[in-house]
Amino acid sequence: MQNTTYHKASSAADAAAKLSGAEDGALLAGGQTLIPTMKQRLAAPSDLVDISGVEEMRGITVSGSTVTIGAMTTHAEVASNAELRSICPGIADLAGHIGDPAVRHRGTLGGSVANNDPAADYPAAMLALGATIKTDKREIAADDFFQGMFSTALDEGEMIVSVSFEAPAKGAYAKFPNPASRYAMCGVFVAQGAGGVRVAVTGAGDDGVFRSADMEDALSGSFSAEALDNVSVSADGMLSDIHGDAAYRANLVKVMAKRAVAAAG
Amino acid sequence: MATVSMTVNGKVVAEVVEDRTLLVDYIREHLRLTGTHVGCDTSQCGACVVHVNGKAVKSCTMLAAAADGAEVTTIEGVANGDLHPMQKAFNDNHGLQCGFCTPGMIMSGIDMVNRYKAEGKTLDEAAIRAELEGNICRCTGYHNIVKSISQAAGEM
Repeated sequence: MQNTTYHKASSAADAAAKLSGAEDGALLAGGQTLIPTMKQRLAAPSDLVDISGVEEMRGITVSGSTVTIGAMTTHAEVASNAELRSICPGIADLAGHIGDPAVRHRGTLGGSVANNDPAADYPAAMLALGATIKTDKREIAADDFFQGMFSTALDEGEMIVSVSFEAPAKGAYAKFPNPASRYAMCGVFVAQGAGGVRVAVTGAGDDGVFRSADMEDALSGSFSAEALDNVSVSADGMLSDIHGDAAYRANLVKVMAKRAVAAAG
Repeated sequence: MATVSMTVNGKVVAEVVEDRTLLVDYIREHLRLTGTHVGCDTSQCGACVVHVNGKAVKSCTMLAAAADGAEVTTIEGVANGDLHPMQKAFNDNHGLQCGFCTPGMIMSGIDMVNRYKAEGKTLDEAAIRAELEGNICRCTGYHNIVKSISQAAGEM
């Protein structure tokens, strides 16, 4: 394990202060990505500021159709929250299929969103739900937040506090997991809400999560799996690796989108 | 260096360790509780699963310092005089061969039974297999592990 200095933050303000005082500090959320990354020496922060226990950054509130989820809420908490599941089952199902049960007890929504792994699940939900990412400095629309593989609008030292979104009338996520790692080889979140239909794809694109305008147009006409039959998904810009080439992934995008629409009902 | 204190299997412990110390190394090297195993060290295999504040976690992917003040239960802490029903079930059903993954299997098994009971859900065979996603066994083919957890679920 890479050497580092550990700090436990008591509040968001305390975390910001400790982070700014560090030479090359990093925020530690659930650590389910950062700790393995440090073990592999792919990251070497001088200091870790642990925000996983910060109360003001935890918990789920549902107010009317508005959902707010604290950044340090674990995947297990999102998956098992009855109120959230009744109003937005798609995001609860998504959280319940990240990693494995032990990983879900530690991993957090904020950690996943801030990392923006191209095969992570939450970025697709945030983008399809048109979520607002609230940081300790400002609010950022999901459309502006995700800026390509492992890249976000977050400034140096900026910290996600919570995310919020309007629960859609219909919404679901379908994922084709890599059989070994369980990361998405393709995951599609579809949502039909007040702002129209939004379709976000993770795991497949070579520059991270993206929206599919063609699919959104087709589903705006008729929100049914059949409406996607005539949409063609180009292999340009798709990931290509030993798990599946670009053409395979392009096909997966359509198959997963159809499954998500069918699941959304 | 940091003084890390926690309650492990009901006993309060405190050790001065490097900040980078993983929880599994704290448990194995500092507390000498070697029932918790390191298999892959990449959070894939589940041999290192322990309970932190009642929840199953992979102790190779958590810092000891992050568990400061927590209640930790390892495989050494589940029996209470007699074997825990999950341990007995693995014995009854030949739920292990080499035994390397077994501590993690038992800790994950207890965790899933507790969660399903708390939520009032039925832990059927398909659910057990899905819940074992993060625990790898290279000997058994899983059938007897699933049988063991199923038996224990009825007894816990």
